[in-house]
Amino acid sequence: MDFEEAKQVATTDFDSTWLDEQLARYGRDADACIPLLQAVQERHRHLPQEAMRAICERTSITPPQLYGVATFYAQFRLEPVGRHLIKVCKGTACHVSGAQALVESLSEALGVPDGGTTQDMEYTLSAVACLGCCSLAPVLMLDDKTFGKLNRSKAAALVNSKQTAPTQAPKH
Amino acid sequence: MQQSNSAVKRVLVGMGTCGLAAGAGQLLDALRAGVAEHSLAVEVGITGCLGNCHAEPVLLVEHDDGSRHHYGNVSKARLEQLLAGHLRDGQALEKLLYHPEQHDDPEGRFYQKQVAIVSRKFGHIDPEQLGDYRAHGGYRALQMALDAGPESVLQTILDSGLRGRGGAGFSTGKKWAFAQRAQGEQKVVICNADEGDPGAFMDRSTLESDPHSVLEGMLICGFVIGAQRGYIYCRAEYPLAIARLRIAIAQAEAAGLLGESVLGSAFSFRIKIKEGAGAFVCGEETALIASIEGRRGMPRPRPPYPAQRGLHALPTNINNVETFANIPWIVEHGAQAFAALGTATSKGTKVFALAGRIKRGGLVEVPMGITVREIVEDIGGGSDSGLPIKAVQLGGPSGGCIPESLFDTHVDYEEVNRTGAIMGSGGMVVMDQSSCMVDIARYFLEFTQNESCGKCTFCRVGTKRMLEILERICDGRAVMADLALLEELADRVGRASLCGLGQTAPNPVLTTLRYFRDEYLSHIQDHFCPAGRCRSLCTFTITDACTGCMLCVRACPTQAIQGTRKQLHVIDTQQCISCGACRDVCRFGAVEVRPHPRFSSGVDA
Repeated sequence: MDFEEAKQVATTDFDSTWLDEQLARYGRDADACIPLLQAVQERHRHLPQEAMRAICERTSITPPQLYGVATFYAQFRLEPVGRHLIKVCKGTACHVSGAQALVESLSEALGVPDGGTTQDMEYTLSAVACLGCCSLAPVLMLDDKTFGKLNRSKAAALVNSKQTAPTQAPKH
Repeated sequence: MQQSNSAVKRVLVGMGTCGLAAGAGQLLDALRAGVAEHSLAVEVGITGCLGNCHAEPVLLVEHDDGSRHHYGNVSKARLEQLLAGHLRDGQALEKLLYHPEQHDDPEGRFYQKQVAIVSRKFGHIDPEQLGDYRAHGGYRALQMALDAGPESVLQTILDSGLRGRGGAGFSTGKKWAFAQRAQGEQKVVICNADEGDPGAFMDRSTLESDPHSVLEGMLICGFVIGAQRGYIYCRAEYPLAIARLRIAIAQAEAAGLLGESVLGSAFSFRIKIKEGAGAFVCGEETALIASIEGRRGMPRPRPPYPAQRGLHALPTNINNVETFANIPWIVEHGAQAFAALGTATSKGTKVFALAGRIKRGGLVEVPMGITVREIVEDIGGGSDSGLPIKAVQLGGPSGGCIPESLFDTHVDYEEVNRTGAIMGSGGMVVMDQSSCMVDIARYFLEFTQNESCGKCTFCRVGTKRMLEILERICDGRAVMADLALLEELADRVGRASLCGLGQTAPNPVLTTLRYFRDEYLSHIQDHFCPAGRCRSLCTFTITDACTGCMLCVRACPTQAIQGTRKQLHVIDTQQCISCGACRDVCRFGAVEVRPHPRFSSGVDA
């Protein structure tokens, strides 16, 4: 789902038919907690409150259980994210190869700190756990594409080229 | 040797995550288009990881007679040459080959000392085709196991000497025996694919390159212990591995390898994937079980061990990806063949993810007993920067740094433990002289402190206090008493924490203190970071070796470097933020580390 659709879904009333389908698929017990939250985040790109409330109303999962899980795992986001998500790997190999410089360079190019979202909701910058592409360190993921062997200027160029041609994935 | 008179049959592109990041997807598209355009009668396919990530993207050309030709760094221009040459006339292009067989060629040494058990089918099969796996002997071990019976297979695993490849190194056979003996109608097998160690990608590569080998290992385990269900707990950060596992499970179900009466036997087994949600502590088995049950991934005290009381209180056996991938080979080739490799207490092979400041990084599988030096120098070819190698970090946040002076240490669970590091799951990150060991210790503590689940005080508070001390050292605010406090905390956190995360969290600190104490002292007493990483404790200066190439001038993020072409460049220390960007780009070694002006002038600003 792209950003526009996700925004649409997030602002309209919570789709209860969709949730019922997910409940049929994953069940209504505690076991289903993580897969349900993953499904909601896949659809909305974060965990909207209405969705969390709806899950608790229709399952045996209690609000403390659900929020406990949502706040424990790094994958889950309670706040909306930008159209493009930049994940800068902070694994060991990337750390020794200059991951910090990538975060700084992107932070400067976008004008937001690590974890921040640009005002126009275009980009969210986030340093994340190891992406497992260590031999191409330092790496980052721009949405679902991985870019390796980066430096300050190459990293900044990724977002700059994206800003001028937002529908095209940058070449590398 | 590389010339062959037979025709080209199939061309495979290495499509692991690393390959894709290096452009394998575009290469595959261009190859398909090129083959169509040139009307070539060759099959185009994909394969997994070939290990030589440093040469990505890679391409393999297979001939009718079974000969294989391996090309690395396949750019668009090189692909054009191959389309016009090798793929048309069947004559290998010597100059473009990645030379795995030629051991006198430096790159050839990458494969020379490797032994493939886990990675035996990587690069030979399309990971999305069950037929390919079976054509290469896949699921033969499962049939052999079903014919031999659980007791006989268990004895084989015990005799092989296989130990858990997730890090702790417990005997796999003994673990299976506990689960087999446990009372219960229903039992569970879990594959731990929550490869959370930063700097490790062995399990990702295995799942992406040969997912069926892991399913087969789990099936054999389920048959031995009497389980009906299996779960693969895989990191959500590995979307490609999950996608290929889903394909593999669906194919195995359709072929009667998973589900009711496996291969027509009385044994039934199903496998489900559970996606992790990003918590390092879930690598710990009791936390992993809590996560599958839909709770916060927090560990609980053992005993009872999962073999007695695991998932939903059922007897459960948990092994990691690499352990399971070894099983079919052992069943097929026998315990003796496996035990013939390695040392007295560590048998078989170990897969390492070789990364960091290394020339030939990638996935390497070596026999136990090989030395760290052989891996770093012969296989890896030394540092990529040309600077001397200082240490390797083994075992991620639970492990430690082995200094260059101990590189003759053999890869063996006990021998590695004696250095203060651990074998771990296989992350091996190489550090050169530009890496600051205090910064590395701080980096790992930041990681474990962040990932601590918060259940026990020593881990939750202790790692936080340790991190604060390390931050003070890196900032130049520490005093000598901090060092003693750091050591005391390291000892207490290690002894008083409940699970492996807290127990091993001090290891990176303890090993760097043991082998690189002079760096700590330099930070605290001289307010100087010799590696030039800790920004508060260094600055940079340009020496006469400067040729005036302007590279650093352009690289500097604060425009602190003055210079014109062919004139010696100068760094304005007032504007310099000590980021080291100039040193990283300089090709002439003209940028040197100096004490920060704040401290070198003797005035603490």
